[in-house]
Amino acid sequence: MNKVRKYDFLLLAFGASVFLLLHALMETEIIGAFWQLNIILACINIILAASLNLINGFTGQFSIGHAGFMAIGAYVSAIMTVKQGLPFAIAIIAAFAAAAALGFLIGVPTLRLSGDYLAIATLGLSEIIRVCILNTPYIGGASGFMGIPHLTNFPWAFGLMFLTVYLIKNIVNSAHGRALIAVRENEIAAETMGIDAAKYKTLAFTIGAGFAGLGGALFSHYFYLAHPSSFTFMRSFDILTMVVLGGLGSLSGSIIGAIILVFVSAALSDFPEWRMIIYAVTLIALMIFRPQGLLGNKELSEKMLGLLRKKEA
Amino acid sequence: MLNKSLGQKLAAVGLSGLLAIFAAACGAGKKAPDGGQAIKIGVNAEMTGPVSSFGMSSANAMKLAAKQINSSGGALGRQLQLVFADNKSEPAEAAAAATKLIAQDKVAAVLGPLISSTTLACTKIAQDRKIPLLTPSATNPAVTVQNGKTLEYVFRSCFIDDFMGGLMADFAQNSLKAKTAALFIDSASDLSKSTAGIFEAFFVKNGGKIVSKEAYLAKDTDFKATLTKIKAVNPDVIFVPGNYQEAGMIVKQARELDLLQPIVGVDAWDSPKLFDIGGAAALNNTYYPGHYSPDDTRPEVQKFVKEYKEEYGVVPDTQAVLGYDSVFVLVDAIKRAGSDDPEKIRGALAATKGLRTVSGVITLDDSHNPIKGAVINENKEGKVTFRERVDPNP
Amino acid sequence: MDSSSFLSQFIQQMINGISLGSIYALIALGYTMVYGILKLINFAHGDIYMLGAYAGFFAASVLRLSFFPSLLFAMLAAALAGMAIERLAYRPLRRAPRITALITAIGVSFFLDYTLILFVSPQPRTFPAIFESEIYRFYGIIINSQQILIFAVSLLLMAFLTYVVQCTRIGKAMRAVSYDTDTARLMGINVDKVISWTFALGSALAAAAGVLVGIYYNSIDPLMGMMPGIKAFVAAVLGGIGIIPGAMAGGLILGIVEAMASGFLSSTFRDAVAFSILILILLFKPSGLLGKNTREKV
Repeated sequence: MNKVRKYDFLLLAFGASVFLLLHALMETEIIGAFWQLNIILACINIILAASLNLINGFTGQFSIGHAGFMAIGAYVSAIMTVKQGLPFAIAIIAAFAAAAALGFLIGVPTLRLSGDYLAIATLGLSEIIRVCILNTPYIGGASGFMGIPHLTNFPWAFGLMFLTVYLIKNIVNSAHGRALIAVRENEIAAETMGIDAAKYKTLAFTIGAGFAGLGGALFSHYFYLAHPSSFTFMRSFDILTMVVLGGLGSLSGSIIGAIILVFVSAALSDFPEWRMIIYAVTLIALMIFRPQGLLGNKELSEKMLGLLRKKEA
Repeated sequence: MLNKSLGQKLAAVGLSGLLAIFAAACGAGKKAPDGGQAIKIGVNAEMTGPVSSFGMSSANAMKLAAKQINSSGGALGRQLQLVFADNKSEPAEAAAAATKLIAQDKVAAVLGPLISSTTLACTKIAQDRKIPLLTPSATNPAVTVQNGKTLEYVFRSCFIDDFMGGLMADFAQNSLKAKTAALFIDSASDLSKSTAGIFEAFFVKNGGKIVSKEAYLAKDTDFKATLTKIKAVNPDVIFVPGNYQEAGMIVKQARELDLLQPIVGVDAWDSPKLFDIGGAAALNNTYYPGHYSPDDTRPEVQKFVKEYKEEYGVVPDTQAVLGYDSVFVLVDAIKRAGSDDPEKIRGALAATKGLRTVSGVITLDDSHNPIKGAVINENKEGKVTFRERVDPNP
Repeated sequence: MDSSSFLSQFIQQMINGISLGSIYALIALGYTMVYGILKLINFAHGDIYMLGAYAGFFAASVLRLSFFPSLLFAMLAAALAGMAIERLAYRPLRRAPRITALITAIGVSFFLDYTLILFVSPQPRTFPAIFESEIYRFYGIIINSQQILIFAVSLLLMAFLTYVVQCTRIGKAMRAVSYDTDTARLMGINVDKVISWTFALGSALAAAAGVLVGIYYNSIDPLMGMMPGIKAFVAAVLGGIGIIPGAMAGGLILGIVEAMASGFLSSTFRDAVAFSILILILLFKPSGLLGKNTREKV
């Protein structure tokens, strides 16, 4: 128990120091506007990747419609701040709640579906969400939702990112988390051990969807607008790629995967014609040569850091 | 199955390769300006993604324009350097690209994005960072005017939706004597929706009736189901505010279903491909507004068409014309400003007056929108022919 | 019969739907075959359809071939492409988790799209007129010769595929591998060869769909495969994935449903209707219309 507390404390200290360092660099303009944007984008992507990892990596459910939940969060939060004039914090909570509610509604019926069918259902669902957005004039339809205030800043993005990772870590390491992993490893065996697989799948889906909504809220309040073309299945695949790159079932992997993808994409923006090709080839090569992702399902833990330290010594 | 150590080695190689690319690209981003000599202009374009064909056309035409300006001595005795950034046709990426051009590449002004959704994501950035943004082809009125105020740093060198919708509604009623109209809208396109809205407002105001409103999504190929539905109400005219690719297919399929009434479109119809897709016979009795007519004997037009063909082997489409003109509008402002200081360029852009470009004479009004005339083209026997000229409504 | 009467509208929409559905069915067959054998959602399948359209375009416009040679050329080219993709990208992942293979397929899909854009530009191309369209009218119903061609070619190809799967050695091997890969291997079946053949056949059918679309709609572009690819996948699931007649039925049903949705509801919600049907099917009969419900054994 003490060990766990100590670990949490270390994590908190580490997060705070990274935050203060980056914040200081931004305030002093050492990190320019472009990299600042990419860092905030990385924070948002970490939220999305970590939440998808909870669904795909830890619970073994095959969701490829994460962009749909992100869209719900983006739009619901924008309605709160723009149409209702409510503060950002409430908008974020509403975004989380709305996306989680939808995740729950989808999770309940899809619990009977096996992996691949769930994948198709989530993809179809995210497209349905998009079509509905396109045809709703109240939220701007095809023009997108304009005039969203620029409320997402680095403290918000980093703070919510940290909170997300921390909460998901604690879920995964709790008894519930063990149940989720049991469901992933062998659903039938888990059922015989008295784990209610359906309940846990729905739980993971609901929480994962909620955090995706959170990411969406940060996203729309950073870019001044929410637009249906931001939430296509290309976006879902992007998030999925981050998760797989880092390693399914590894939270630190998701963080690393999200950071790598954001910065590689930014770095390749000087070669627009080649960017997507390089991206695709890298993806294929990675899957063939290291399919478990960079970290597999392990975490960057004290042990690993300790090993590194021993090596350095 | 690969053995693990080999896999790990390969992964390490792959990753180090990625990092090398990354490092190289970061290095590329921080290039020193060419002795402070070149005037840097950012181009934020849709090079990949759903509307990448716009991006390619515009980028080609802009490169051609820069080449011509540079070979005739550049601007203010300095060479132009276009810095391209891809925005994947996606709003958030467009904001990132604009930020990169302004913060990393330190450009004097930004051309683009090319469509309204991506441009709207960049207007705030141009305002906040006080760098002029000139969009060659985003037509949504909200691009330059928001909450009733003109954005100081945002300009455009093309029509706005209102102008085109009103123009075509008038034309349908006065020249084609239409009493009823059907709208067939691209529901994924902001431009298409707002143009249709304006068309409807004008058409109804002048006593016409909209008998059917249908929609499709960009990239659709099969329109027969909806056209069958439109056929049942038999309108006098069909308005299709969409891109040439879908418009060509719509006209072709409409004619195959014996919908023989006139079909009117928007400037995005303008492409040599329109006839290839729709077929010459099907396109008879269709009309669309143009920024210029290739039959136009003005030297600017003839010169541009000839040079573009020499350079790229194809006839320029509307997107190319608009991209090409935007460079000249910007360079004209830089010349009049006498410097590449963004603030001075902004002032000069706002004062653009009587500039002769390929698409007509451009004067920017108080809303930073160009006042320029248009032509209405009629497609006849596989040729775009001049039907009538329309001068801007005051 | 008046062209605005309900019945005439209905029949006309039926015709529209069948020609659209035949295309979906042809693409769906490839999905279904690959899934039946590898349990892989081959996301790059829509891009094979696009490659086929370009190969047909090349044959018709550069090599100046007529319709049938162009069709065969495109099918052959796509079959080779499909086999190459399987060999290079999917074979190393035979034992990898499904999600890995799915991501690879997405990677392959992006790779094909953007490589093609690099080489042929994203501008749409138009097919030369290698099959003239004639219009036939019966009592206010309009049928175009190209629609008949699409339907006829699709039927022929499906009949051919059924023959291959049911009556040839390779077809028997395919069914065996799809039923139980490991046992099939123990019985001396060369599983790699069978999978290669499966990809070749599925890709050839998608290419045929690509050429037919190129001729009928007269416009092809490098990103044309995205939506039809997903729709065809929906069709495959609708009919029961892994079941060949299911893909045909699913494609036709989806095409007809889309036409009816556009014609009698609203075209804006057409895609939403298609996906809603998918989700309903998944909820109430996840094995598809023609599938059998199987229980997972421990």
